[in-house]
Amino acid sequence: MNLQMFLQNLANGVSLGTLYALIACGYTMVYGILRLINFAHGEIFMLGAYFIYYNILLFALPWWLAFLIAVGATGLVGVAVDWIAYKPLRDAPRISALISAIGVSFFVQNLGLVVFGGRPKPFPVPAFFSQMVNVGGVRIMSLTFFIPILAIVLFLILSFLIYRTKPGLAMRAISKDIETARLMAVDINKTIAFTFAIGSILAAAGGAMWAMRYPQINPMMGTMPGLKAFIAAVLGGIGSIPGAMLGGLLIGLLEIMFVAFLPALSGYRDALSFIVLILILLVRPSGFLGEKGEEKV
Amino acid sequence: MLQLNDVHVYYGGIYAIKGISFAVPKGKIVSLIGANGAGKSTILRSIVGLVQPRSGSITFQGENLQGKRTDRIVKSGITMVPEGRRIFPNLTVKENLRLGAFPRDNDGAMAEDLNWVYELFPRLKEREWQKGGTLSGGEQQMLAVGRALMSRPSLLMMDEPSLGLAPKLVQEIFEIIKQIHKQGVTILLIEQNALAALRICDYGYVLETGSIIMHGTGQELLQHQGVRRAYLGIAE
Ligand SMILES: Nc1ncnc2c1ncn2[C@@H]1O[C@H](COP(=O)(O)OP(=O)(O)OP(=O)(O)O)[C@@H](O)[C@H]1O
Ligand SMILES: [Mg+2]
Repeated sequence: MNLQMFLQNLANGVSLGTLYALIACGYTMVYGILRLINFAHGEIFMLGAYFIYYNILLFALPWWLAFLIAVGATGLVGVAVDWIAYKPLRDAPRISALISAIGVSFFVQNLGLVVFGGRPKPFPVPAFFSQMVNVGGVRIMSLTFFIPILAIVLFLILSFLIYRTKPGLAMRAISKDIETARLMAVDINKTIAFTFAIGSILAAAGGAMWAMRYPQINPMMGTMPGLKAFIAAVLGGIGSIPGAMLGGLLIGLLEIMFVAFLPALSGYRDALSFIVLILILLVRPSGFLGEKGEEKV
Repeated sequence: MLQLNDVHVYYGGIYAIKGISFAVPKGKIVSLIGANGAGKSTILRSIVGLVQPRSGSITFQGENLQGKRTDRIVKSGITMVPEGRRIFPNLTVKENLRLGAFPRDNDGAMAEDLNWVYELFPRLKEREWQKGGTLSGGEQQMLAVGRALMSRPSLLMMDEPSLGLAPKLVQEIFEIIKQIHKQGVTILLIEQNALAALRICDYGYVLETGSIIMHGTGQELLQHQGVRRAYLGIAE
């Protein structure tokens, strides 16, 4: 492999990795606050992509407006999922909410099959993202650059929300001690809704970029990226946002490099992240940046 | 100001509070003393709605608290310093204090209250940016009290504020309680340190396995033979 190819793979890996990282943030935030693995998160990601698709094709909106509306709508769907499927189970044993999450995941997938149809749809990539740019002799699609840039902007906004705003403070308090947060008059349900909204918005942004990368969408498209992002979150230390970013980046890079260096084994690319997860959890049971002693999944 | 009437609390099958009535008049310090497991914390927890009494009534400033959500109760002016401090270890001292101001939803007065708390506890000011989890036990207790004050409560309930503190710090905490009281805050104080609690209070209640077995002014209880023997460890 020459340097050019390596750089191309590196760019691809970083771009895939930041996508995983965006999705992983949603898992880790919801887990941090509810100790719940939101298995429906991959479906939220899928819905984000479909919302854009219909915004562009049915309503003929300009792409940026289509994106904004779809991302906002997905945030609302995330809040609704919490409201319908998890909120009634807040005081129930944790396993109930987990089963409910799996149920939502299947339900939304199948609803997608019925409403959107099972056949993959070609995704209309705006010209802005599909141009090829020449960087030092390497030809790369502009999207490959935009994904990490957009992801970094979103991460900065996310950090601001979590570390500099009142709802963010409430989130951090709830994640450590929900009862004492109650004593501080924190509105628990409002804060949880806020968490689902943010997580779903990030997932929708991820779904949009994923759809442009491939560029086609289908109702099952959320399963694999959802699973890998979940692995990324666990790898980074579930509950930790910097951990989710790190884990996502690592899984994305490994996956691309694995295929690049060992093309003969490329059929195993999806298994790779599981193997990495198992190996790393053997050495560091709470992930890279996770806290020790906290209960694990 | 606060009135409990024949309150009964169960934890599943455990009968923890067996028909308790008492009042906390405005502007007073009322103490609740009793051995481990007598039900002191349970009473405070039912007042703020963290546990639901099976029967009886709890009213605050004429309003029934039954079935109200904790955040609403706290917003109506009751703040509790929970047992064991319960500082948020992942938040800085300042963030812990900021969280304490949540019930009032008044960001404008935040700075003023912060100054007030920093005047009472200069040590907290020095450690403004330190994570709560890295404070010493005494500093955490100061933070817990300071955090409660940030809501400008009309009734402040404290669950064993002197627990685990060195004698000098215990004295300091009780001095602070007096100061807070002078500023017009009504106080309901739970203590294992019965001597200090009875000295400072206007009125005291003695709790034993879920029932009030005795009550009187702080002075009366301090003189009482049974109280002296059982709770002050003074044999005559
Ligand atoms: N969550 C709970 N579930 C079951 N039983 C409980 C629970 N919390 C308290 N109890 C029981 O209720 C009784 C009263 O407990 P409480 O914590 O109110 O006592 P306390 O007077 O505050 O004691 P201490 O001085 O040790 O803090 C005890 O017998 C305790 O075991
Ligand atoms: Mg107690």
